[in-house]
Amino acid sequence: MRFLLGLLLCLVVAAFVGLGTTLVALTSGVAFGAFTIGSWTAWLKNGTADIDPYARAMIARNGELPTGLGDGIAFFARSDDNGKPLDGRCDVVVSGSTPQARFWTITLYDSQGQLIGNPINRQNFTSQEIIRKLNGDFEIQVAPRARAGNWLPTGGVARYVLLLRLYDTPIGVTTRAGREVSMPAITTSSCP
Amino acid sequence: MMMRLILWLAGGILLGGVIHLVTVLLLPRTATQDAYSRLAPITPVNSVVPIPAPTAEKSIMPFMDPAFATAVCRYDLTRGPLKLAAPVSPAYTSVSFYTRNGVAYYAINDRAAGRRVIELDLMTTAQRAQLPEDEDVTAADRLIVESPTGVGLIVIRALAPEPGSMGAARATLAQAKCQPQQ
Repeated sequence: MRFLLGLLLCLVVAAFVGLGTTLVALTSGVAFGAFTIGSWTAWLKNGTADIDPYARAMIARNGELPTGLGDGIAFFARSDDNGKPLDGRCDVVVSGSTPQARFWTITLYDSQGQLIGNPINRQNFTSQEIIRKLNGDFEIQVAPRARAGNWLPTGGVARYVLLLRLYDTPIGVTTRAGREVSMPAITTSSCP
Repeated sequence: MMMRLILWLAGGILLGGVIHLVTVLLLPRTATQDAYSRLAPITPVNSVVPIPAPTAEKSIMPFMDPAFATAVCRYDLTRGPLKLAAPVSPAYTSVSFYTRNGVAYYAINDRAAGRRVIELDLMTTAQRAQLPEDEDVTAADRLIVESPTGVGLIVIRALAPEPGSMGAARATLAQAKCQPQQ
C-alpha cells in the first residue's frame, strides 16, 4: 500500500515537472544560440538544419517557416534599449542604420506574428522606400497616431514585435556580436 | 519514512526530466498546425502555386514578410527527383527548402545562383546515390539539393521593394516550375 502511494506520488510529480517544463519552455521562447545586438536578437541556427530541438518544437507549434540562412537573417525586437517592452500606446523611435545587406525590411507584428490593421495600411518599410537623412541613416516613428516622415502605425496594441530582416547579407554564423555591426536604436520617447 | 518520501520525490523529478525531453523531441511529429499542415489544403503536390500575401485579417503562417510575393511547391519525392526552375525578379529572389517539419535545410538567393533562372535538382540522399557515375561528373554545373525527408516544402519568394512592384514580383513567380524529372 505504502509502495503504491509512493509510486503514485512519483508519477504525479513526474507529470507535473515534465509537462510543466515543456509548456514553459515552448511558451516563453527558450532558444539556444541567440545572437544579440542592442535590442535585436536573431537565432542564426534556426535557419539551418542544425536548429535545436526547442526551436524545432516551437516552430511546429506556431506554424512558422523560419528564414533560411542562405536567404537572410531575421532580428526580433520585443523591447526598447532600456528593456521596456514595446508598447503600441507609446511613441517609439527606431533610428540609425542597419548592417550591410542588399535589401532589408522592417515589419511590425502583434505578439502572435500577425500584421496589425490600420487606416493607411502600412505594416512595414523596405530599404528602398524608407526616407533617409543626408548621411543615409533613417528614423522610424512607431506610434499609434499619425507622425511625419516614416510612420509605422501600432494600432494601439499593448504589445508588439519588430522584425528587421536582412536579405543577402555577409553577416553569418561566423560573425561575432560586437562593435563592427550596428543595429538601429529603439527608444520610447513618450507614453500616455 | 521521510527518507522514503524524498526518494519518491527525487524519482518523480528525474522521470519528469525524461518526460520533458521526450515531449520536446516528439512534439514536431504530432503538431497539426505546423506550416506544412497549413499549406497542404491550398497547395497541390509537385507544382508551384502562389500563396496569398499576409494581411491584418488573415495570414497563413505567422511572421510572413509582407514585402514579398510568395509561391510554394509542396513536394513528394517518392516517385523520383524533382526539377525546379525559378526565374529571378529584378530586385531579389530566393528559394528556401524546408523539411516536412519546417526545418530550413537549404536556401539560396539569385546572386548566389548567379543566373537569370535559379535551376535546381531536388532528390533524396538515396536517389542521389543511384545517379550514374557520368551524370555525377556533369553535375558540376547542375545544382543538386538533397532533401532529408521524402516530402517537404520549397518556398520561392520575390521582393517588391515598393508596393508598386508587387505585380511584377508575382508575375515572375508565376513562371516558376517544379516538376518530376523525365
